[in-house]
Amino acid sequence: MSDAAIAASNLTRTFGRFTAVDHISFEVSSGEVFGFLGANGAGKTTAIRMLIGVLSPSGGTARVAGYDVATESESIKRNIGYMSQRFSLYEDLTPRENIRLYGGIYGLSLAQIRTRTDGMLQRLGLGHAADQAVRSLPLGWRQKLAFSVALLHEPRIVFLDEPTSGVDPITRRQFWELIYEAAAGGTTVLVTTHYMDEAEYCDRISIMVAGRIAAIGTPADLKREYRVRTIDELFVQLARPDAAGHRSAPP
Amino acid sequence: MTALLGILRKEFFHIRRDRRTATVLVAIPLVQVLIFGYAIRTDVDDVRLAIVDPAPSHVTQSMRDRLAATGIFRIVAVLPRLEDLDPLFQSGAAQQAIAFGHDFATDIGRNEPAQLLIITDATEPNTGSLLQAYAEAAIQQYVATELPGSPGARIVPTIRMRFNPTRASSNLFVPGLMAFVLTIISALMTAVTLTREKETGTMETLLVSPLRPWDIIAGKVLPYLVVGVLSMLLVLTAARLVFNVPLRGSIPLLLFEGALYIFVSLAFGILISSRTSSQRLAMMGTFLTTLLPNVLLSGFIFPLESMPAPLRAISFAVPGRWFVVIARGIMLKGIGLEHLWRETLFLAVLATVLLTASVHSFKERLE
Repeated sequence: MSDAAIAASNLTRTFGRFTAVDHISFEVSSGEVFGFLGANGAGKTTAIRMLIGVLSPSGGTARVAGYDVATESESIKRNIGYMSQRFSLYEDLTPRENIRLYGGIYGLSLAQIRTRTDGMLQRLGLGHAADQAVRSLPLGWRQKLAFSVALLHEPRIVFLDEPTSGVDPITRRQFWELIYEAAAGGTTVLVTTHYMDEAEYCDRISIMVAGRIAAIGTPADLKREYRVRTIDELFVQLARPDAAGHRSAPP
Repeated sequence: MTALLGILRKEFFHIRRDRRTATVLVAIPLVQVLIFGYAIRTDVDDVRLAIVDPAPSHVTQSMRDRLAATGIFRIVAVLPRLEDLDPLFQSGAAQQAIAFGHDFATDIGRNEPAQLLIITDATEPNTGSLLQAYAEAAIQQYVATELPGSPGARIVPTIRMRFNPTRASSNLFVPGLMAFVLTIISALMTAVTLTREKETGTMETLLVSPLRPWDIIAGKVLPYLVVGVLSMLLVLTAARLVFNVPLRGSIPLLLFEGALYIFVSLAFGILISSRTSSQRLAMMGTFLTTLLPNVLLSGFIFPLESMPAPLRAISFAVPGRWFVVIARGIMLKGIGLEHLWRETLFLAVLATVLLTASVHSFKERLE
């Protein structure tokens, strides 16, 4: 229990009379790749915002990297990486300048920044573009760079909010290789996605419906339990019970 | 500390790489001033008048009553000597003075030309000219109605303009222009660049990072403070070289006051950005709540004296009003903190309150 990277217990958040996140409880172990699924408006983003320490919970508790989200958000922020739905790098700065900026924000020394910058640019094959504005890079490269920057300070846990939306299939696959690489290195990954094939890549997934966790487990277990062939079918069944059977397009 | 240095560096990269905005920042104020600058003429009342009466008599007394009865003038002081006028003009207690000659009453009695000096504060040229005309008209009327029995009586007014003898418009406009430029750079640029970070998503990343709200705000405030002070120097240099605008007071004091005013505007910008979600909204918000009042109600273009009382009351809450008074005082009158401490205090308090409020509203969004 104590080695759980993320442990939420009855975590709740209300906005006025609306309950966005309704008593959710789950655990993510160190080094796990955890898929956080749910339709738009199901409460995923609100839950993540509480876990990364920018939104205070209305009820329940959660510990991230061993710290309480309600009282120790500063410590949490030092121990996590975050990549938002929207692009998190400065487009008018070069990759090198972005890396240096975030390295400084996370308190790395200049020497650390320098060695990690070279390593990262080499690994991503971005050496030739290190000094041109990020804006001019193809989207796939930008996303991979943003992911690497989120890992720059070697956080214990990284939160990825729809990191691959709008990216071509080949880059998505390369992106997932980066995710596995990070997980193999011991980093815990919590990732949200709308691509159900990506859900199958996760060690475990949870599916949120109307603020609650409707299902949680390994993709294989869940498919067996709900007698479905794909996570896609399971998702439609849970998220839109009325639409199940006559398969509509995935959300 | 390195984190703060990092985001400061980044902000300067943004500024350096966005050339178009930089060009606009310089072009807008110049064009605006040229368009608005010369087309304003309005009436004034409640003129603060000082009287210099070295030899009081029934003649000077009746004339003083006559001036007070017009409803335009309010006599704020009656002095025995001309030299005592200076402090009144410098503090702004008097806008105009009428000084009777030593032998005024005697000359009138003897039907000889009586000497009279009219001194007007011409810091605002339009107002100055109007005051001058009013005073002369009031004196002519006095002669026509009060001295009909002495056809030979003449009053010979001598005219003197204080602070801005040539009544050059540029002298009036440069301090206002400075306020305008500083407002644009400070309020508009912070509001727009902060909401841009919200729009693009980088703000979210900063908020998730260990940076504290103060760090993020300082990362915006300090670069634009530097840019603001630089552009103030630019305006001053241009004013000196092109328009030959006087700079009679202390330059460090002027820069300090400018920095205070920049802080106030920056805080406005941050407050606006914390209430808006898009760059376009932020821009409109800044125009409505900051730029417009600062241009219209600061006395920069339209003399406050000629405004209806409610508008004049609102103008007290407009920071630009106070900065324009300060800048004109330092540049044209050459006065220092001893006369400007009230305005300075107001700006300092406002800057502190607004900056604290902006950090708060910044934090609130996260709750």
